Amino acid sequence: MINCMIAGVGGQGTVLASKLIAAAAMRKGFDVRTTETIGMAQRGGSVVSHIRMGHHIHSPLIPLASADVIIAFEPAEAVRLLPYLAGGGQMIVCDTAIKPFIGTNAENTYQASVMTDYLKAHVARLTMIDGDALLAQCGNAKTLNIAILGAAMQSGAFPFEADDLTCVMKEMLQQRFWEINLASFEIGRSMSYAK
Amino acid sequence: MSKQLLMGNEAIALGAIRAGVSVVTGYPGTPSTEVLETVAKHNDGSIYVEWSVNEKVALEVAAGAAYAGARSMVTMKQVGLNVASDPLMSLNYVGVKGGMVIVAADDPGPISSQTEQDTRHFGKFAKLAVFDPSTPEEAYSMITDAFVYSEQYGVPVLFRPTTRVCHSCASVEILDSLPKKDPEGFVKDSKWVIFPRLAYTNHIKIEDKLVAMSDDFSQYEKNMLTGSGSKGIATGGVSYAYANDALARLSGDCKLLKVSTIPFPKKLALRFLEGLDEVLVAEELDPVIENELISLCGTHGLKVKIKGKLTGHIKNAGENTVDSIYGAVGAFLGKNADSNHCPPDLPPLPVRPPTLCAGCPHRASFLAVKEAARGINAVFSGDIGCYTLGNAMPLNMVDTCLCMGAGITVAQGLHRTEPDRVNFAFVGDSTFFHTGIPGIINAVYNQTDIIVCILDNSTTAMTGNQPHPGLGRTMMGSISEKISIYHVVSALGVSKIIRINPFNIKDAKAAVKSVIPEKGVRVILFEAPCIAVAKNSTKYVIDRAKCTGCKLCITKLGCPAISFDENKASINPSLCTGCSVCADVCAAGAIRGETL
Repeated sequence: MINCMIAGVGGQGTVLASKLIAAAAMRKGFDVRTTETIGMAQRGGSVVSHIRMGHHIHSPLIPLASADVIIAFEPAEAVRLLPYLAGGGQMIVCDTAIKPFIGTNAENTYQASVMTDYLKAHVARLTMIDGDALLAQCGNAKTLNIAILGAAMQSGAFPFEADDLTCVMKEMLQQRFWEINLASFEIGRSMSYAK
Repeated sequence: MSKQLLMGNEAIALGAIRAGVSVVTGYPGTPSTEVLETVAKHNDGSIYVEWSVNEKVALEVAAGAAYAGARSMVTMKQVGLNVASDPLMSLNYVGVKGGMVIVAADDPGPISSQTEQDTRHFGKFAKLAVFDPSTPEEAYSMITDAFVYSEQYGVPVLFRPTTRVCHSCASVEILDSLPKKDPEGFVKDSKWVIFPRLAYTNHIKIEDKLVAMSDDFSQYEKNMLTGSGSKGIATGGVSYAYANDALARLSGDCKLLKVSTIPFPKKLALRFLEGLDEVLVAEELDPVIENELISLCGTHGLKVKIKGKLTGHIKNAGENTVDSIYGAVGAFLGKNADSNHCPPDLPPLPVRPPTLCAGCPHRASFLAVKEAARGINAVFSGDIGCYTLGNAMPLNMVDTCLCMGAGITVAQGLHRTEPDRVNFAFVGDSTFFHTGIPGIINAVYNQTDIIVCILDNSTTAMTGNQPHPGLGRTMMGSISEKISIYHVVSALGVSKIIRINPFNIKDAKAAVKSVIPEKGVRVILFEAPCIAVAKNSTKYVIDRAKCTGCKLCITKLGCPAISFDENKASINPSLCTGCSVCADVCAAGAIRGETL
């Protein structure tokens, strides 16, 4: 069984990303279970998706220290999920920080470098994605989720091929969005990573 | 046959369609909403689907359909069942002809609810059967079973998924559809009219049916007994999945009882208890299975220790997790269930509380009332919806929140106790139709001094933008006459009604100020659509040269699009919706709109 988690902030497209991964795994003949936080944790809240691919899967939730792959769309959310990473598991992290809204609580902020430095010190199998460069190449924040999936694909995170993902993208997305999403996926796959 | 990736709520909907449901009603509420939406999406035209005005209405419409022999389904969240409890309690005494399933989704945690109530108790209280699925694929087939049992016994049944079933996805084997019968139609009979004498004779029948159902459910394939040994785990719902996960990881073996129904399958449970020394009951919300087992041991003089929520072996509040059940099962079986991976001290992580969206009209409405009421001894009673988030700093404009429609009525009680304070009540448009109207009638009738602020954003926003009577769009795709909130309030006898666009901050503030000194019921109708249903082509930017770094835009609004770096505020263009409120509050005139 492969346990994969996606972490991000509401609005980043983590839910679609997890649906695409699950559907691609089903194409390969795996059974899947997924679950995520929705409801009050909508815009701006932390969003975590659990995706389990294999056979005879019981729980939709992944236990602590059991995630083979964690894909984080945001560095602080990556650190938040670290207790779930299995020994020897890999992380793919987009390094662009999304600061929480501050309101009157000015202390509730952080530096992205504190998070990325911490990850570099504690995660052996880490792929850090330069979020600004990725955004510049995609030219569109809305398809960054697909580009990050491309980067994860290239890092060997998934038990399926890139073709499986592009096929399910065509099944699940409206045709007018195919071109821009497939292009972002390829950009993600071909990015050279800043370690 | 094919496998599809389905969310639990989609599985329930497709299962109900397969079972030949022909009338579906409901009121939106997390985590239940997608059930009705999925039926509507896959409707071939043969199913009548409606968002009803509230859960009581929805249940009664579905009951009428079932009286006429149709298979009907009604969907709601657990607290919605409280609203529907009046017809629910009586309906069992009357019975149904077509199968009727009441889907009430429970929310352990709670993740987006005001209670952690357990619908299985409602089943026991109303003396109704409850089906409790543990996975999306089980929900898919179980909903058919629910219709079959409902018809067999001539009573409605409850179907109680929890969030981790509703909102998890699984590969579900799609089965061929079942033959659909045409409803026989309503046949006049004295049995449809409940009277005390009939209630008494039907009560006797209900008690007999509960015994028969318990026997039936001991044979039901989704109530299962597996394993062996002198220790046993009894479980149900998603906790069954967690228990299986734990047993697999611990290589543990013991007897395992899966309970998926109320009435409790007593005969099956007696076979489970046979030869056991102790039992761990792993369930969510209330100790329902646990109490049934304790009662069974007492009735039959069995000497078996029952461990669970009542003994502190399972936590008595909050959601179970795969890890919490792993720990409890490990301790119960005397196996080491330590998690071997403990990351070193994590750096401080940001808190991301739920917040009103950038550009939300509620922020403008709250700001207008807050500024107009500055220096006045006022209380702000809130209600259920996105606008409950107005309680967060810096707005801090929700002093009470109880249940749907209660803002208007709680304000009246506050006024009766402290007549000198100014009482504001906030209610959304969908909540106004749901249970807000009787509260306004009550205030007018009893001449109560309150100011009702109706936040009309033209949608049911919190649950994902469902239509309501004020919009004129129905779930059948037809257009009906829009019901005007203004005309309803006017017809109720409210003489002071002001309609205002909250983004016009200065006028909105002046309107609120003008009604504060008056008496009686005053209504301010704040009208501006939710950003999810209306798009704006303007974005606002901050001129860094003019920004003085005073933070007014941040400390007054708490807008997620505005951040503060290097002593200047800035607006994230991907979040800004062009609402213009920040430009109104900026004292330096540094914020201006740019048309895209």
